[in-house]
Amino acid sequence: MSVSLLLLVVAGIGVMGYLAGSWRAGALAGGKASSLHSRPGYYGAFVAVWSVLPAVLVLLVWIVASPIYIGSTVRNGFPEEVKAEPQATQNLDYNMIGAISRGLSLLSAQERTALFADGSAARTVLAAKGVPLAADPAPYMLTSADTLNRMTVASGLLRSALVVLVALAGAFFSYRMIAPKFRARNRVEGVMLGGLLAASSIAILTTIGIVASMLTEAIHFFNRVPAWEFFFGTVWDPRFAAAGAAASAGQFGLVPLLAGTLYIGFVAMLVAVPVGLFAAVYMSEYASRTLRSVAKPLLEVLAGIPTIVYGFFAMVTVGPFLRDISAQMNGLATGNFASFIQAQSVLTAGFVMGIMLIPYVSSLSDDIITAVPRALRDGSLGLGATRSETIKRVILPAALPGIVGALLMTASRAIGETMIVVLAAGVAARMQLNPFEPMTTVTVKIVNQLTGDLEFTSPQTLVAFALGITLFVITLCLNIYALYIVRKYREQYE
Amino acid sequence: MSQVSPMSSMSSIGASARPGRRDIGLGRRYAAERRFRFYGMAAIGFGLLFLFLLLFSVVSKGYTAFQQSMITIPVAFSEQVIDKDNERAANPQKLVSANYPVVARNALAKVLGVDEKDRAGLKAVNGLISDSVRTQLRDLVVADPSIIGTTRDVTFLASGDLDSAFKGQINLDVPEKDRKISDRQVGWMNQLAESGALSKHFNTGLFVNGASSRPEAAGVGVALVGSLYMMLIVLALSLPIGVAASIYLEEFAPKNRLTDLIEVNINNLAAVPSIVYGLLGLAVFVNFAGFPRSAALVGGLVLTLMTLPTIIIATRAALKAVPPSIRAAALGLGASKMQTVFHHVLPLAMPGILTGTIIGLAHALGETAPLLLIGMVAFVADVPATPLDPATALPVQIYMWANEAERAFVERTSGAIIVLLLFLILMNVGAILLRRRFERRW
Repeated sequence: MSVSLLLLVVAGIGVMGYLAGSWRAGALAGGKASSLHSRPGYYGAFVAVWSVLPAVLVLLVWIVASPIYIGSTVRNGFPEEVKAEPQATQNLDYNMIGAISRGLSLLSAQERTALFADGSAARTVLAAKGVPLAADPAPYMLTSADTLNRMTVASGLLRSALVVLVALAGAFFSYRMIAPKFRARNRVEGVMLGGLLAASSIAILTTIGIVASMLTEAIHFFNRVPAWEFFFGTVWDPRFAAAGAAASAGQFGLVPLLAGTLYIGFVAMLVAVPVGLFAAVYMSEYASRTLRSVAKPLLEVLAGIPTIVYGFFAMVTVGPFLRDISAQMNGLATGNFASFIQAQSVLTAGFVMGIMLIPYVSSLSDDIITAVPRALRDGSLGLGATRSETIKRVILPAALPGIVGALLMTASRAIGETMIVVLAAGVAARMQLNPFEPMTTVTVKIVNQLTGDLEFTSPQTLVAFALGITLFVITLCLNIYALYIVRKYREQYE
Repeated sequence: MSQVSPMSSMSSIGASARPGRRDIGLGRRYAAERRFRFYGMAAIGFGLLFLFLLLFSVVSKGYTAFQQSMITIPVAFSEQVIDKDNERAANPQKLVSANYPVVARNALAKVLGVDEKDRAGLKAVNGLISDSVRTQLRDLVVADPSIIGTTRDVTFLASGDLDSAFKGQINLDVPEKDRKISDRQVGWMNQLAESGALSKHFNTGLFVNGASSRPEAAGVGVALVGSLYMMLIVLALSLPIGVAASIYLEEFAPKNRLTDLIEVNINNLAAVPSIVYGLLGLAVFVNFAGFPRSAALVGGLVLTLMTLPTIIIATRAALKAVPPSIRAAALGLGASKMQTVFHHVLPLAMPGILTGTIIGLAHALGETAPLLLIGMVAFVADVPATPLDPATALPVQIYMWANEAERAFVERTSGAIIVLLLFLILMNVGAILLRRRFERRW
């Protein structure tokens, strides 16, 4: 039985259990529902839970454990000279055995006996069935593949039998437990609570998963490339062309990437902060109701547009526009119509990213500005200050910590932004200060290193995880600090 | 009464020196006020201007992608070209590998009156026809071999260059050798257009076709299916998990360090760069758990993890908005805590939860970066039958097209962006309507 069919059977048992349980509870009550501790549905749910949960758990354990067990048994059956080989070769052999066993299961009984009688034809026979082999299999491989096949089939049968048995047993025992005084509701609610708790722990599991997965791969990377060369190296040259060759050292210096990331982020903030702050101040202090109800959602549309669209906009509209206008300006000034702004540049990427960040700055600051107590505002206005003076001298200083927090969150978004810089910032890892030249970022390099063929062994690939964990740590620190500031600020006025 | 005398003295001074009132800087201050106001308006204007520019740039480049130039001419399925030696009965493969582009070229050459010996002319004629004509005619012939030797009206795609020229996107003032379409071809184009053979049709191919290296035959059909799979997976996983997690955190969790940790965690996860989720998916789902690369399943799982924090935050806000009196009433009537939540609080919070979910889904639909890392940058020409097959997604398709050099792909890219934005608008408008219709103010 396949896993999905098995699950369907278990679900069927669960439904039957539910119906039987509710029916039995109803029968026990004998028309007098108040004699039951819980409503009949809860008895049914109790039976259903007991039929489904243990069976599914057994199934999960089996799915994880049985390939490991079968694998080790098959490997133990290898001839001694194969066991003496290094682990990597054995893994290759095992993969080939897996392919052979897939092929064997496609053969008819006749073909199979023929194959075992004469193993030399194995490659051609299996290729005819659509299972290509890298090389002619060694004789022991056929027997191992056969063992593998037989054990897999046996394991499948055993699994189905065990799971169905567990489901039935669960249904039976829980059914027997039903009695009028049985606290079915509390049991079922306990299970539900466990489910809710498990769901909320997924958030923590995700974080653990992020940290653990990136850390292990990054450690693999640091085993090949010393950490200080990565963190303090000033040259980024992963030498993709030589990947796989023996002497493909490559240089993995983080500094130029980080410089590009921070530079582009800085340009973006240069655009987003003034515009966003002024927009927020105007919205919260000056704008009429109608203007606010129109302009605020429209500005927030900017936050809803996918970043790939911004990237495309930067690449086909803003970049060429800046390039052409710089050529015109250069021509007017010096007579030489050569553009000094390149289409892919820090300025292009930073400017477009700044536009994307405007709504983040404005809506976060808007919330914070409106949270400043009315009394401060009224006091200042009452003393004769103009509105702008009130804003500059009273509201903004009072809201400053919150605004700084908001800006930090925005900055972390700028640092982690990918698609705009992939399309508009360029790929050359350089350290320079001219905003009209292309630079590259951490995120661009993660994408570059991981699109294409992957081998989880070369430093060229693994470096992406080292970059990723760097990015994660930077944004995490910014966010935690920002949250801390915002929280503290909020307490101040509560 | 001591105040009287200063006041009267002041007023007398004021009266005597009315034109030169004491300068307390009011003019300067008001000017500063006006400036400040102007900056605020300019900031909003700047934001809106760029919103408009962005949309205008995409729409003006992309609206033409919804039309495609097609050529309708009588095509003679000449036995000479398709199956010269009459082998098709013995060898059906012959029909598959026949030289169909020549069939189309000859048909068009005949309509245009190009001599069969004019090789340069025939080559130029060939430049007007999309390569996709090969599969189109092949499918026609394989489906019904009896049409060999007959002549039928066939509508097929014009080449990308002809399409661009016909839509007026190629500047014909440029010297002939610098543009992709020659003067002779332009002449033919006008001739075909006048006779009605060349015309623009609604571009269904854009919504149906898969990836193609020829812009005129490329479409987002496969990407749409991939995105649909992923959205279904995200919806099926993140809604129940997100709601369950928020119910626990909002209604049941004791106030302790663990709950605090989960809270901080969720807030931080919402701000983790999306590309980090891609790395997580690559390391955990592809490398460790062994799911296939480029599969919609992996993409869906990654996007689920990415969307969860958004949904949890929205759901918690919606649950918080249900007044405590509802809970108190249910508990007072003897409902258990669980019954209170599931029978009363949750249904009342549902509109808010769904709104948050739709917005989270819209966000996931437009996300590109994590999908690049799990290998969805793939040339997928066939519609994936299951979520385990290689697929691509709408934003990834946009990314791939954006990297293509040809002019016609810019139009396609913009067209695909319009499709994506339409979906996003649809989802967001749905969310707003849902909120307007069902939101209750307590």
